[in-house]
Amino acid sequence: MSMEKARDAGLRIFFTGVGGQGTLLATRMVGEAALIQGLNVIMSEIHGMAQRGGVVESSIVVGDLVSPVIAEGQADVMLAFEPLEALRALEKCHAHTTAVVSTVPIVPFTVATGQGRYPDVQGVLETLQKDLAQVVALDAVALARQAGNVRAANMVVVGVLAGLGKVPIERSAWEESLRRLLPAKLHGVNERAFALGFDAGRAVA
Amino acid sequence: MHELLSPEKGGKRLLLGNEAIIRGALEANVRFVAAYPGTPSSEIIDGFARLGHEAGVEVEYSVNEKVSVESACAAAISGVRSLCSMKHVGLNVAADAFMTLAYVGVKAGMVIVTADDPSLHSSQNEQDNRFYAKMAHVPMLEPATPQEAKDMVQPAYEISERFRIPCLLRTTTRVNHCRGVVELGDLPSGSVQGDFQRDPFNLVVVPMVGRKLRLQLLEKEKQLQEVSESSPFNRVEGSGRWGIVTSGVSVLHVRDAVRELGIQDKVSVLSLGMTSPIPERLIGDFLQNVDRVMVVEELDPYLEEAVRNVAQKMGRSLTIAGKGPAGIPQAFELDSLKVQKALGRFFDVPVQAPAPLSAPQDLPARPPNLCPGCPHRATFYSIKKIFGEDAVYPTDIGCYTLGLLPPLQMADFLICMGSSVSTAGGFSRVLDRPVVAFIGDSTFFHSGMTGLVNAVTHDRNILLVIMDNGTTAMTGHQPHPGVSITPGGRKEPKVDVEQVVRGCGVQRVTVVNPLNVKKTQAALEEIKEDLKEGGVSVLISRSPCPLFERRALGIKQRVVFQVTDACDLCRDCLSQLGCPAFVWERDGAGGQCVRINETLCNGCAVCAQLCDAVKPKKLEA
Repeated sequence: MSMEKARDAGLRIFFTGVGGQGTLLATRMVGEAALIQGLNVIMSEIHGMAQRGGVVESSIVVGDLVSPVIAEGQADVMLAFEPLEALRALEKCHAHTTAVVSTVPIVPFTVATGQGRYPDVQGVLETLQKDLAQVVALDAVALARQAGNVRAANMVVVGVLAGLGKVPIERSAWEESLRRLLPAKLHGVNERAFALGFDAGRAVA
Repeated sequence: MHELLSPEKGGKRLLLGNEAIIRGALEANVRFVAAYPGTPSSEIIDGFARLGHEAGVEVEYSVNEKVSVESACAAAISGVRSLCSMKHVGLNVAADAFMTLAYVGVKAGMVIVTADDPSLHSSQNEQDNRFYAKMAHVPMLEPATPQEAKDMVQPAYEISERFRIPCLLRTTTRVNHCRGVVELGDLPSGSVQGDFQRDPFNLVVVPMVGRKLRLQLLEKEKQLQEVSESSPFNRVEGSGRWGIVTSGVSVLHVRDAVRELGIQDKVSVLSLGMTSPIPERLIGDFLQNVDRVMVVEELDPYLEEAVRNVAQKMGRSLTIAGKGPAGIPQAFELDSLKVQKALGRFFDVPVQAPAPLSAPQDLPARPPNLCPGCPHRATFYSIKKIFGEDAVYPTDIGCYTLGLLPPLQMADFLICMGSSVSTAGGFSRVLDRPVVAFIGDSTFFHSGMTGLVNAVTHDRNILLVIMDNGTTAMTGHQPHPGVSITPGGRKEPKVDVEQVVRGCGVQRVTVVNPLNVKKTQAALEEIKEDLKEGGVSVLISRSPCPLFERRALGIKQRVVFQVTDACDLCRDCLSQLGCPAFVWERDGAGGQCVRINETLCNGCAVCAQLCDAVKPKKLEA
């Protein structure tokens, strides 16, 4: 079987971010939307010690795949909520991976105490663009602010994924998923954030 | 209504493995649930705590895992179906109860969920708890997916009840924390009345009873083997001559790996969902129909040894592979790529996986950290100031274990829950150095009290610091006996830590609020003097976890702190206190400054007590 054929059978989406960014909510939103769309979907999360400001990784596989773990080189799509974490997760990616990257750095405390330097963000994006088939880099925090709350940056990133059309999920399913997962008072701002991301994704699809 | 109580039979939900286990237990009419939280099992007891009242289930946050098994087995022996859940190492704590409960057995079904953590995502070790089933001679089911986790609970109760023996449901992190589509079943209605029949010569394990029960247990195991031989969870797929034996989540890695290798037509896969007792005849029949076999399982060679054993008994000579440098790794969790590579080598099939890219090696690490405003940081800071580098600092399990990391580096020894105080006692007898041990409030109740009694009894010269943040913070803010912040507001604790400490025989007990740096350090100076007299001192360093307190009581933050121009760039805030709200900014031209990230600052004011350049700024109400 060719590699292309293997990939056609299913899609692996790897999420990476920092504790507090809403990475797990974004993952659930993709999973719930896939369920609404009637796709086979499996999500995996790491809890506990991994939080407390550390790296938060999660994964979704849709289609004809059953293993919940995304191994090295297996991510077809990477959603990175932070540029340093996008770079760190490169080993999950392969040459045909599409990445959506929020460009706003969250500098780890180790840098503040002098244990290492934060890489130049422009350099990070250039590395990603050199290695990956497609990189959509955007300031998700600015778009979320435009939508009404910087905390909705995670919905911007999910919106980009939806707009890119990488997962066979209709827009109505995405929107229903959002409404299922969030309390009514948060619908407006998150719907706007999702829509801004969706348009950004659609523009480069 | 809680989502997991939906009466909609056939409805599909995206459930976490742990939620699926809750639903499965509810469908099986569980009525008594007891657990101590521990990743990756915590969502089970937390979910039950939320829906227990509505569902008519008695739910107990037990003081530790051993207590949870004892508590829940009393329900089961009285005819009420019960459940315990715990992380893998929790079963070590509960092992004393568990091993002999297997002898005495139960009347209504009892399921013990043991959640292994391959790759140590959130644990101190990775151990393979399947061997507990073998050691205790109890039945064990191993689900692969959330749906299977739900579907196995009902049969687990039926097996438990039929053979009057507790049943293990053994999961791994990738089952507990996997979310998948689960189809709901029926929820039963009606409560269950407990009924205890006096029967001391079967229920009170003195040696003569134990001897009888030992023989009965071995007999039960034989009968249970028949259940395993015909279990619908043990099945063969495919009819090729290349054999694969697997169980649990590895079933999923195998399925993807086989497909990506394109060898579906060449393999037969024996997927085992009931792995204790081992279905020896089923394995034997399988071995008859294959030319060689690879055993794919996480952690230790539990199935591999069983397969070799069966082959030897039946005199079947074929190549059996499993753990080994060219085979399946023994350490850390598997994935479909690791499995592809091992199967590819063993069956001599090329692996066509995409080449992984590589990340630069010198990226700054992002380890988990104590939160800004965490009172543990303030406690560590002051103790380091007074006791310095000379002291030995045994620590314990909780958020404060993160004191390990620079710049605090206040953790010297840890093996398990409660080891801080007991090892401190041992260190104090062989070292001529001060010994200061750290333990959290929840961990103190879990397994610190006995160590403290031991230290007092033997006049150990130690300072035990009980870092009392009023909750079980690391696993998600579960209650414990000493909590005073509850969903209904502040209350008197059921069990007061200070009284327990005094009750353990400690004469020198001091209580401080670590966020008051001056008073804390003054108290520590006195304690340091007192320790010269020998014996045990206890410092209760008490300040609630701010995340928990603010969420539970709806308290709004009123102030943040700022670094003013008076900053002389000494950077002690970074190199000694290490609060992650501090940022050291350097520009390319060599200019630098220290500032506080106001969105991270929690307003605890500890830094302002250490540095005159830090000033408060009131937040808008």
